[in-house]
Amino acid sequence: MTTYQLNVNGERREVTVDPSTPLLWVLREDLKMTGTKYGCGVSACGACTVHVAGVATRSCMLPVSHVGERPIVTIEAMSKDPVGRAVQDAWVEKDVVQCGYCQSGQIMTAVALLKHTPRPTDTNIDESMGGNICRCATYVRIREAIKLAAQNIK
Amino acid sequence: MSTTTANDTERHLNRRGFLRVSATAVGGLLVALHLDVPAASAQEGAGQTPPPKKDYPPAAFVDIRPDGKVVIQVNRLEFGQGVQTALPMILADELDADWSQVVGELAPAAEVYKDPLFGIQMVGGSGSIAHSFQQYRELGARTRAMLVAAAAKRWQVAPEQCRTQESVVRGPGGQSARYAELAAEAARQPVPTTVRLKQPSEFRLVGKGVRRLDSRPKCDGSLKFGLDLDLAAMKVAVVAHPPVFGAKVRSFDDKAARALEGVRDVFEISVTRGGTGVAVIADKFWPAKQARDLLKIEWDFDGVERADSSRLLEQYKQLARTTGLISVARGDAKALEAVAAANRIVAEYEFPYLPHAPMEPLNTTVRFDGDRAEVWAGSQFQTLDQMAVAEVLGLKPEQVTFHTEMAGGGFGRRAVPDSHVQREAAQIAKRLRGTPVKLVWSREDDVRGGYYRPMHFHRVEIGIGADGMPAAWRHVVVGQSIVAETPFAMMMKDGIDPTTVEGVNDTHYNLPNLHVSAHHPKVNVPVLWWRSVGHTHTAFVMETLIDELAARAKADPIAYRRKLLNPEAKKLRSALDLMDARSAAWRRRLPKGHAVGISCHESFGTGVACAAEVSIENKRPKIHRVTVAVDCGLAVNPLTIESQFQAGLGFGLSQLMAKGAITLKDGLVEQRNFDGYVPPYMPDAPVAVDVHIVPSAEAPSGCGEPPVPVISPAVVNALTRLTGKRYRSLPLVAV
Repeated sequence: MTTYQLNVNGERREVTVDPSTPLLWVLREDLKMTGTKYGCGVSACGACTVHVAGVATRSCMLPVSHVGERPIVTIEAMSKDPVGRAVQDAWVEKDVVQCGYCQSGQIMTAVALLKHTPRPTDTNIDESMGGNICRCATYVRIREAIKLAAQNIK
Repeated sequence: MSTTTANDTERHLNRRGFLRVSATAVGGLLVALHLDVPAASAQEGAGQTPPPKKDYPPAAFVDIRPDGKVVIQVNRLEFGQGVQTALPMILADELDADWSQVVGELAPAAEVYKDPLFGIQMVGGSGSIAHSFQQYRELGARTRAMLVAAAAKRWQVAPEQCRTQESVVRGPGGQSARYAELAAEAARQPVPTTVRLKQPSEFRLVGKGVRRLDSRPKCDGSLKFGLDLDLAAMKVAVVAHPPVFGAKVRSFDDKAARALEGVRDVFEISVTRGGTGVAVIADKFWPAKQARDLLKIEWDFDGVERADSSRLLEQYKQLARTTGLISVARGDAKALEAVAAANRIVAEYEFPYLPHAPMEPLNTTVRFDGDRAEVWAGSQFQTLDQMAVAEVLGLKPEQVTFHTEMAGGGFGRRAVPDSHVQREAAQIAKRLRGTPVKLVWSREDDVRGGYYRPMHFHRVEIGIGADGMPAAWRHVVVGQSIVAETPFAMMMKDGIDPTTVEGVNDTHYNLPNLHVSAHHPKVNVPVLWWRSVGHTHTAFVMETLIDELAARAKADPIAYRRKLLNPEAKKLRSALDLMDARSAAWRRRLPKGHAVGISCHESFGTGVACAAEVSIENKRPKIHRVTVAVDCGLAVNPLTIESQFQAGLGFGLSQLMAKGAITLKDGLVEQRNFDGYVPPYMPDAPVAVDVHIVPSAEAPSGCGEPPVPVISPAVVNALTRLTGKRYRSLPLVAV
């Protein structure tokens, strides 16, 4: 067991865990932030996507010992982030969700996309979102909501 | 999309009409499943006596709180299909409640929340709206009547003089009272036995595109799914399952596992198919999973059949050349032989095992306290899962409090007749008496854990008449039965599982000489219903063959279908017509290298027609656009229906994915996770889908499953136009 000081959503958080523990499980079980989801554990579905130093990152295969000082941002902080809020609002406006389990990861990926590419093309959207599984397959509406959010930001 | 619904028609909707259609809309499932409903319910449409009316006390469904919140119990699991919004809409509409104050809660397991027709608490067969539309209307109307009675009494006026709107009762003399302030008095009023229901023209919510109630908490991470449950002192369990179904633990060494910090216990439990496994209990998931990886288990495979999908395919292929148990024998059995060989089609189709792989891995939490227990599970079968936990713990079902948790998808995987996940969880909780334990199936457990859509083989021989229409149709289906040896075995008819042949047996095409038979091999692989069940494969076979027949007749595929459909197939015809009208413009202007594929199929009482625009990119189908039309009777929430169809088509495309199959070699499942079994990602799904709803005032039928069957045949029919090849083997490994 090792103690780590993490920067999560702008707050200093201390956890004492096995160094191999993926960030996903530290968030979910030690910090009780269950908005970030477990879907596969092998970086194949994107349900666990968080931002690490601003980059959309799969938290299920990132050992907590590799996080270091890099700031972590999760779905729980999106309501207070201007782009995050716009994306959430677009998701609600477009009635995107079905079961909703993958949507934290979809939204985190979409926010990262829009922060780097404010006016994404369909190809940009396919490339950025193309690693996130929605088993309900709400992809048509995810695409529409990303375009709506892009319009609504600023 | 079209949002024209009952509001556009004044057609009279009486109660018997609703009951009749909803009772027949679900096909075979209904007949078998009314476990505690008199059989008469299935024949009510035939003019016989309706079943004794079940009592649904409004108090069990509606709670009007002092703050004005109207909390409505939803007698179904919500796992994406939108029922947590739609059922409250139906009730709130008749109640005249203020929609902005309505909350939908998932009801726990209880007698009163059983499906009115199936007689168990469940989601399946696309029956949520079909079966509970009338029930929730009556609940809303009864509650409203009790509020009005309370107000009338207070004001000393006649109830008929009162009006309701937006959670307020208004009296003839300008009096008004909010529902919240009347709730306590209303609860003391007698529950009226008969109530007037609204005419469709009076609906304020039903028929409107109402946004989901669960959107915001699903977008900000605050919604708790079953896997997110966190109870004081809770432990987490994972199970090392046998690598071959039914294998047993011969011995195991848990020394290294137990040495891991946070690991609390390791012990053997029984698992599905008579097998055993090793449960690891830890404070958290990660140490539990790490400890499981450190277990050294010797397995006993004695007497265990090692299924092998390649070998099974060969066996199925041979079986399909023989007549199976007779399911349909219509017309002349020799009609096929009367057709010259040159005018016959012989087609053989292969379909693999398919996993459901819902995004939220399977899980169940149980706490056993000796004389009672508490369960938290995202369950499609609350009644059966509650009974299973009770049985394992030596309790009566009523001693088991069963909470319905929001579930991250299911597609049938949480409707398991043997409740194997809950049985594992209950065994673990029994040993950890007093401590809540959350059993988590990892994605690997899920992908390799069985309960797949069964593998199937179809052999179809068609004799084409001089008019280009099918003069003889001989169809053999081979596949494991889903319901045999389960509590649903009563669905079997003449030894045939109706879910194997649905979609062929009840085809709406006019096939005068139709002979259908089925073989049900027994295989050591657990199988289960996968969203749209038999229609997943039967619609593919039927709709690709109909397209082939149209092509041979040099006929337009829509015109050919229209000609071949029975006149009474009203829902399919209306869907086909609407799809035709709405897609005609783009179908005439296809870019080079693009083709259109057509399909139509009715399932669960809902008619669907589909046109897909497809090209080939990187040797895969690229789906640019889909137009889909649906006749599902009265559209309760057109927005949800649009969503269900847009996304349900994407789900259906799972069948065409290059790695969209489960295969077994020497008893071992060859896929482990989403790297081996690959469902559709965004680039695999249609870029755009427009959904059109046939205006209707008929009783509503389901929309959860009917989107799935149509898309794969439509896409493949387009591919055939592009390549000239026929595609009869899924998954679609090569175009």
